[in-house]
Amino acid sequence: MSTITKPAATVSAAVRRNKSSRPAWEEEPGPAAKIGKAAVLTLVVLAVLGPLYSIVLTSLSSQATITSAGGMVIVPGEITLDAYRQIISGGVVTRAVLVSVGVTAVGTLLSMVVSVLCAYGLSRPGSFAHTPILFTLLLTMFFSAGMIPAFLLVSGLGLINTYWALILPGAISVFNIIILRGFFMGIDRGILDSARIDGASEWRILFQIVLPMSKAVTAVIALFYGVGYWNAFFNAVLYINDSAMNPLQVVLRSYVLQGVMIPGQIAVGQGAAPSLALQMAVIVVAVVPILMVYPLVQKHFTKGVMIGAVKG
Amino acid sequence: MTTSESTLAASRVQARAGHSPGRPDGARQADLSMTRKKASLRIRLRRDKSLVLMTLPAIALLLVFAYVPMLGNVVAFQDYSPFVGIPDSPFVGLDNFTRVLGDQGFWLAVSNTLVITAFQLVFFFPVPIVLALLLNSLLSPALRSTIQAIVYLPHFFSWVLVVSVFQQVLGGAGLLSQSLRAHGWQAMDIMTNPDTFLFLITSQAIWKDAGWGIIVFLAALSAIDQEQYEAAAVDGANRWHRMWHVTLPALRGVVILLLILRLGDALSVGFEQLILQRDAVGAQASEVLDTFVYYTGVRNGDWGYAAAAGLIKGVVSLALILGANKLAHLFGESGVYSKS
Repeated sequence: MSTITKPAATVSAAVRRNKSSRPAWEEEPGPAAKIGKAAVLTLVVLAVLGPLYSIVLTSLSSQATITSAGGMVIVPGEITLDAYRQIISGGVVTRAVLVSVGVTAVGTLLSMVVSVLCAYGLSRPGSFAHTPILFTLLLTMFFSAGMIPAFLLVSGLGLINTYWALILPGAISVFNIIILRGFFMGIDRGILDSARIDGASEWRILFQIVLPMSKAVTAVIALFYGVGYWNAFFNAVLYINDSAMNPLQVVLRSYVLQGVMIPGQIAVGQGAAPSLALQMAVIVVAVVPILMVYPLVQKHFTKGVMIGAVKG
Repeated sequence: MTTSESTLAASRVQARAGHSPGRPDGARQADLSMTRKKASLRIRLRRDKSLVLMTLPAIALLLVFAYVPMLGNVVAFQDYSPFVGIPDSPFVGLDNFTRVLGDQGFWLAVSNTLVITAFQLVFFFPVPIVLALLLNSLLSPALRSTIQAIVYLPHFFSWVLVVSVFQQVLGGAGLLSQSLRAHGWQAMDIMTNPDTFLFLITSQAIWKDAGWGIIVFLAALSAIDQEQYEAAAVDGANRWHRMWHVTLPALRGVVILLLILRLGDALSVGFEQLILQRDAVGAQASEVLDTFVYYTGVRNGDWGYAAAAGLIKGVVSLALILGANKLAHLFGESGVYSKS
C-alpha cells in the first residue's frame, strides 16, 4: 500500500470513474435525488432536441398534416419531400446555400492557414520579437475599434458587395490562435529540437511533425472557424446590398423571421401550410452541415480545447 | 527554461555552420565579439526568421482590420461625411460626445444593456455550473458524453436559427400558442411582447450557450484529485460538505475568470440576437449600445455621432476589463493576464 505513489493513485481514481462504479466512500443517493436528477437531465435534453424534432418533422409534412396539427407538427403524419424538392430546384435558397458554402470553405481555409502559422510562429517564448508580436495580438482582445470605423474601412477598401467583406474582417480570431499556440507549446520539445539539429526547417517541422500531432485541436479550431463563417449573419447585412449575394443566414432571416414569401410557394388561399414546411426546410438546410461535421469533431472538444485554453 | 533556450541556440548555430561551409568564419567571430545584447538579437533574428515570417499574415490582417479601424475612430471627433472623407471632414472637437451624452436614446441603450447584463449574470451564469455538477455526478461515462454532445450542440447554431426555433415554439403560431388554443385558452405571442423580452432573450441565451458553458467547469471538476473526496469522506464529510469544501473551491478560479471576462463584455450583449428581434418588440425594450450605434450610424448616416457612442463603449469596456482584472489580483486570483 505504501508503495503507491501519487500519480498512480490519480490514475486508479480515473480508472475507477471510467468503470462507472461508485467509489466505496461515496454514499448512495436517495431515490428522490435520483429521480430529480433524471428529471432535470431529461428536461434539458428534451429542451434541445424537442424543437429540432418538430422543425424537421414539419418540414417533411404534407399540407394536410400541417393543417390538422394547426401549425408545427409533433405527431408524424403524411411524409413528403415536396418542400425540399422545391428548395433545391434552384432559386434563392439554392443560391444562398452555394454562397454560404463558398464563403465557409474559402474563409475556413484562409483562417486556418493564417492561424496555424501564427500560432506556431509564437510557440517558442524567447524567439525573436515574440513578446511584441504576442502583445499586438492580445491587445485586440481588450479593445475593439467598433462598428463604425470597421464599416468605413471595409467600404474604403472597396469591399462592399464582395465576398471578401464576409471573410477578411473576421478572418482570424486571436482566441483561436492562443488555443492553437497553447497546444503547440505543449508538444514535447525534445522531438522538435532533434528535428532542428537534423537540419529540418521550421516549415518542415510544422507540417511534418507538429501538425500531424495536433489533429484534434486543429479539427476543433477549423470547426470553430467554419461554424463562424456559416453562421455569420450581420456582416452580410452590413456589407452586402445585392440580394443575389446574400448568404443563407440572411435568406433564413427574411423567410422565417420576416415572413417574406419564398418565390414559387403557393401564396393564394390557404397557402400557409406549405409555406410553413418550406420555412422549416430552410431551417433544416441551415442546420444540416453543422450536424454533419459536429459529431466528427465533438469528441475532441475537451481534449483539444481545454488543454490549449488552460495552458494559454 | 533559459538554459534549454541557450543550448538550443548553440546547437542551431552549429547546425547552421555545418550547413553553410561557404560562410567565412570571420563573420561568426565578429558576431560573437559584438556586445552581448546586440549579438544575441541578431542571432535570434537569423535563427527565428521563419518563425517571425509565419506570424506576418496574421499580423497584417490584424493591422488592417483591427488597428486601422482604431485610428478610424478619429471620425468620432469630426462632422464626418462619406462624400468628403476622413481627411477633409471638419473637426468638431468633443461635440459628438456632448451630443451623445445628452441623448436620451443613448441612455436608454445604456440602461437596457446594463439591465440585460445584470439579469443574465443572475439567471444565466449559474446554469452551466449546476449542469456541470449534475453531469459530473453521473456514473455512466457513455450517458455523460451523450448528454454533453447534445447540450453543446445549440452553441453551434446561428442566432438567426435560434430565434427562428424560438419563434416556432413561443411565437404567435408556435407550439405553445398551438397547444394553448387546442385547450381552449388564448394564444400568446411571447416573441413580440416587450414586457417579457428580458426573459425571452435570457432563455434564448441559456438554450444556445448554457450547455457549451459547462465544458470549462467539467474540465475544472475533472482536475480535482479524487483523493480529496475520499479523505473528506473518511473524515465524515457528507456529500454537501464535500461539495462545499472540495468541489466549489476547485471551481473558484474558473468562476472568477469567467466573471472577469463577462464584466469586460458587460457592454456587448447579444448584438445579433437583439437586432434580429428589434423589429418584433420595438426599440424601447431591445435597444442596446451596439444596436444604437448601428441604427444611428449605418442606418441614419450620423457617422461621427455613432462613432462617438461606439468609442465611449470601447473605452468603458477596456476600463471594465482592466478594473476587473485588478480586482482579481487583489483577491489573489491569477486573472486573465498577469503583470509579467
